[in-house]
Amino acid sequence: MRFLAIAQAEMRILARNRWLFMATLIMVLFALALTFAGSAPTGTLGVDMLTVSVTSMTTLSVYLAPLLALMMAFDAVAGDVERGSLGLLLSYPAGRGEILLGKFAAHLAALTIAMTIGFGAAGAIAAYMGGAGQDSVLALLRLIGTSVLLGGVFLTLGYMVSSLAKSATAAAGMAAGLWLIFVVLYDLGLLGAVVMDSGGWFTETLFPWLMVANPADAFRLWNIASSESVALASGMVGAASALPSWAAPVSLAVWPLLGFAFARLAFRRVEP
Amino acid sequence: MDKILEIQGLVKDRGKTRVLHGVDLTVSTGERVALLGHNGAGKSTLIKTVLGLTKMGGGSVKIAGYKPGSAAARADTAFLPEAVSFHPALTGREQLTLFARLAGQKADIAGLLERVGLADALDRRIGTYSKGMRQRLGLAQVLLGKPKLALLDEPTSGLDPISRQDLYAIIDELAAGGCAVLIASHALTEVEARTDRIAIMRKGHLVADDTLAGLSAKAGLRTKMRVRATSDADTLVKFTGGRRMNGASVEIEIDAAGKMDMLQKIAAMGGAVADVDITPPRLEDLYRHYAKEEMH
Repeated sequence: MRFLAIAQAEMRILARNRWLFMATLIMVLFALALTFAGSAPTGTLGVDMLTVSVTSMTTLSVYLAPLLALMMAFDAVAGDVERGSLGLLLSYPAGRGEILLGKFAAHLAALTIAMTIGFGAAGAIAAYMGGAGQDSVLALLRLIGTSVLLGGVFLTLGYMVSSLAKSATAAAGMAAGLWLIFVVLYDLGLLGAVVMDSGGWFTETLFPWLMVANPADAFRLWNIASSESVALASGMVGAASALPSWAAPVSLAVWPLLGFAFARLAFRRVEP
Repeated sequence: MDKILEIQGLVKDRGKTRVLHGVDLTVSTGERVALLGHNGAGKSTLIKTVLGLTKMGGGSVKIAGYKPGSAAARADTAFLPEAVSFHPALTGREQLTLFARLAGQKADIAGLLERVGLADALDRRIGTYSKGMRQRLGLAQVLLGKPKLALLDEPTSGLDPISRQDLYAIIDELAAGGCAVLIASHALTEVEARTDRIAIMRKGHLVADDTLAGLSAKAGLRTKMRVRATSDADTLVKFTGGRRMNGASVEIEIDAAGKMDMLQKIAAMGGAVADVDITPPRLEDLYRHYAKEEMH
């Protein structure tokens, strides 16, 4: 199990350079802030406070999970090339796939820790202050799980740009571009198209599928569609109901595999 | 002796430029071969090709019979990159443990680090190491397991003279254990005494590949003998046909083949000769000869 040796070393590096601590701290602070800020509308909607908290945190995670993942991943290949340590690593019997898998395992574990502690702490406080039902606890667990999956997608995309870029700086720029496209511009483009179309064939048929094809939107849809009360609190029932219930989970499950395949292909061409 | 590294007609193009022109080179078990050449002569490209890090354009490379970059070839090969670097956040012990696990070796990490003089820095982060210490750590990972082939790219860069001595002692040990060692280097005087064979590259061509003595003979560089007379240098000039240096000394330049004859002549002069110094062609002369020679 060579990838485990790499994963262990990478995990140690994440712990040593305070990455793990910083990522967890960011998650806790944002999750707590949103939980307290979002505590107002519980009465009017008739849902418990944990539900409102999960809804706010879903919106947060769409931005934060890809960002944290890309920040960890952009350096993974380009940084090793720049330091000059990749050539030596590749002279060992571990294959390139194993090296990527090792880094992925460590980075995904770090994301899992940060997400679980961050969302978990906010969820616990929301439940303590405003109550929680079985449905809302399930929604919280789903949020944590899907956030890790979403992060996983962007880890692999990060490795891809890290392999394609000529330097770590260029990789950072490309990672920022990826984030902007997937999280902001894609939705803006779709929104523009829907407005132009004004309720025609595009909006009725194609739009929901285009939306779920983007991992960030699939994440949003999955969390919202699966929980009636979350959907109610977010007011986004419409888009979710146009798709079969398997669409978002499948998209989010396929994307990490797809991303890993892309990253592996790009990494194959890297010559240290 | 088994041929461990076998390179035949290796060709490599970078874009439209050919950087390796049909290079042939073999290194056998226990052999220490120096690979010399200017910057850009193709030494690093050659090593990268052997490691399977870059694709070859033509020819064949075999490591203990395996293709470069194959799992079996990588398991048999140890590599020390030029100016090696590691992640600064790990300690020397952790870094070496990682390499040992990747190589599938149960190694005595502490013993290895002591062998390269890093016993005190075992549990310090590599970020605090000096350049020489990083180079030693790089050498420690070469010693992991029992490599059949060791590729060392400028191994002495950044090392002080004492460390260089240690390094060559370790290389000798490796070779004595049956490892085929290829050392790419600029440090001519070091490899001169420490290697069995010398290969010289020039603009992607292998222009020389022989022992030091063989290279001298081929280059036709002459051995210099300096003979000091007890009283009168004129007699010496007459007998040897040498060139008079000063009142008492004569310098004779001679082919390697004529060396013993000349020595006998000098010995026959008996008391007229006070002292004899013999200087064979140095690697530096040879290197200059081969690396600057125009291609035929």
